[in-house]
Amino acid sequence: MSERNDNASKTFSMEWFLPALKNAAIPLIGIFLFLGIWQVGAPKIVTSLGAVPGPSQVFQQFVGLVDEHQEARAKEVAFIERQEVRNAAKLEKDPNAVVKIRPYTGKATFFDQIWTSLLTVMTGFIIASLIAIPIGIVAGLSQTVYSAINPLIQIFKPVSPLAWLPIVTIIVSATYVSDDPMFEKAFVTSAITVMLCCLWPTLINTVVGVANISQDLQNVSKVLRLSWWTHVVKIVLPSAIPMIFTGLRLSFGIAWMVLIAAEMLAQNPGLGKFVWDEFQNGSSNSLGRIMVAVIVIGILGYLLDRGMLVIQKYASWDKSQALR
Amino acid sequence: MTVKEHLVISQASIDFPTPTGPYRALDKVNLKIAKGEFVSIIGHSGCGKSTVLNLVAGLYQATEGGIILDGKEVNEPGPERAVVFQNHSLLPWMSAYENVELAVKRVFKGKKTKAEMKEWIEYNIGLVHMDHAMHKRPDEISGGMKQRVGIARALAMEPQVLLLDEPFGALDALTRAHLQDSLMEIQKDLGNTVIMITHDVDEAVLLSDRIVMMTNGPAATVGEILDVNLERPRDRVAMSETPEYIRCRKAVLSFLYERHGQKAEAVPEPVVEKAVEEVMAEQKEVSPALVSVK
Repeated sequence: MSERNDNASKTFSMEWFLPALKNAAIPLIGIFLFLGIWQVGAPKIVTSLGAVPGPSQVFQQFVGLVDEHQEARAKEVAFIERQEVRNAAKLEKDPNAVVKIRPYTGKATFFDQIWTSLLTVMTGFIIASLIAIPIGIVAGLSQTVYSAINPLIQIFKPVSPLAWLPIVTIIVSATYVSDDPMFEKAFVTSAITVMLCCLWPTLINTVVGVANISQDLQNVSKVLRLSWWTHVVKIVLPSAIPMIFTGLRLSFGIAWMVLIAAEMLAQNPGLGKFVWDEFQNGSSNSLGRIMVAVIVIGILGYLLDRGMLVIQKYASWDKSQALR
Repeated sequence: MTVKEHLVISQASIDFPTPTGPYRALDKVNLKIAKGEFVSIIGHSGCGKSTVLNLVAGLYQATEGGIILDGKEVNEPGPERAVVFQNHSLLPWMSAYENVELAVKRVFKGKKTKAEMKEWIEYNIGLVHMDHAMHKRPDEISGGMKQRVGIARALAMEPQVLLLDEPFGALDALTRAHLQDSLMEIQKDLGNTVIMITHDVDEAVLLSDRIVMMTNGPAATVGEILDVNLERPRDRVAMSETPEYIRCRKAVLSFLYERHGQKAEAVPEPVVEKAVEEVMAEQKEVSPALVSVK
């Protein structure tokens, strides 16, 4: 009796456990193989900065960066506390005294830089989407508009961010002049460069999605004599959503890739600047730290793409559609 | 004569541009339709049946001649000529109710209050017996149900002319028979003018007051017009035995396959003979709608 029960529970647990193991095991084997080859191979290459670090050294560098970040945070808290105490004392002596509150201006840590990068890429990407989707819809609806902008798309699409950057830098320096700028120039330059490079996939995919709306639905719209706006909102947008999102995801991939290059040259305090600074620094830690940045950039890119997928699922009307 | 002139198709010809010059799809089509009349247009595939319907709908423009509805020329699509499309053409991201609502809002905005609109939408969905699935999306209901919603959407526009483009062509025979009955019922109640494209001889005889038979393209035109003098309401089973039904059916078949069957390769000979023989040898228990001749 008990033996039979045991068997039943065993087969039951095996039923979900085995496939789950199989699903997880193969990617894990791949990752471990990669790490193994890296660990064994890396020390054999000796550079001016010492041997190339293996995964364990890179992990140590990551721990070091976390520690640095925590130290910096503690310093900031202490700085603010000191300032408050000082100001309180001043006010006690003379209630009319003018107290100054200064922001903490310590060096940005690796994690601050990640945050800056995310903010920059989002800014560029959102501006690009706000430009590309409306233009794409108009060009998808009108053959004339499409013919007018198509040559421009084809010419500007393959231009490298490294070519845009000097132009953007000079134009931003000339036009974005303010005594109390809301954003730093490097931030604006990087965001605009990202925008210029990641416009195109969204634009092209939106055009294709809008131009390929089924003739039947267009006829429905004509028979109902829907206004232009209702036509766009009720018929065009829902049917073009899958293509628009394909474009957005391609754009976001490009935006993230371009961002690192843009930050390096524009000196925007993000991951790109981190990599560049470490390269210039050339300490024995530098190679490991750059590798930490590479892995973080990769993982963040992956997570951001998954995030886009979630948004797509939410925005699309066809929930049964398989998304990948 | 004035009674017959609710909708007039006058000398309508249409050319489609092709790389080798214009292709004349329709040549001098003439047809007068009275208010409340049910007219079927039948012909072989590719003979331009749907082109006629699209002309009346305003989706195509006649190259020569034109369409006159109540004394006014038709130049563009409009809700007074509602179309039920062959493949339902519901918006897949909207529920049945929302699909009908889109049409109702467009036609009755400012004329009906919100509550009246809601009632009207529900009334029309009720007409086609879709109350139970009102808030389901097209991908959650069957093909026949989708077509019902398509009809409800068209009816809800209170059209002067209802245009049906092979509305039941994609449905199985039983569903088709149900919908044909529903359509007859609705037309009896509302008295709409209806033009229906079909390739189903039995459907045409069962539903129509007149059957317009088209010659084969290119340059297709009206070949013959047959009056169907059957009493309404019509019962498909009882009717299938009557001499008038058999006469009409035979007239259409012989037009399609004997006098204007130029596209013989499209119609295997034995099938035609069998179909004609079947009519000659008296219909039996088979419901006429189940015998469809393509």
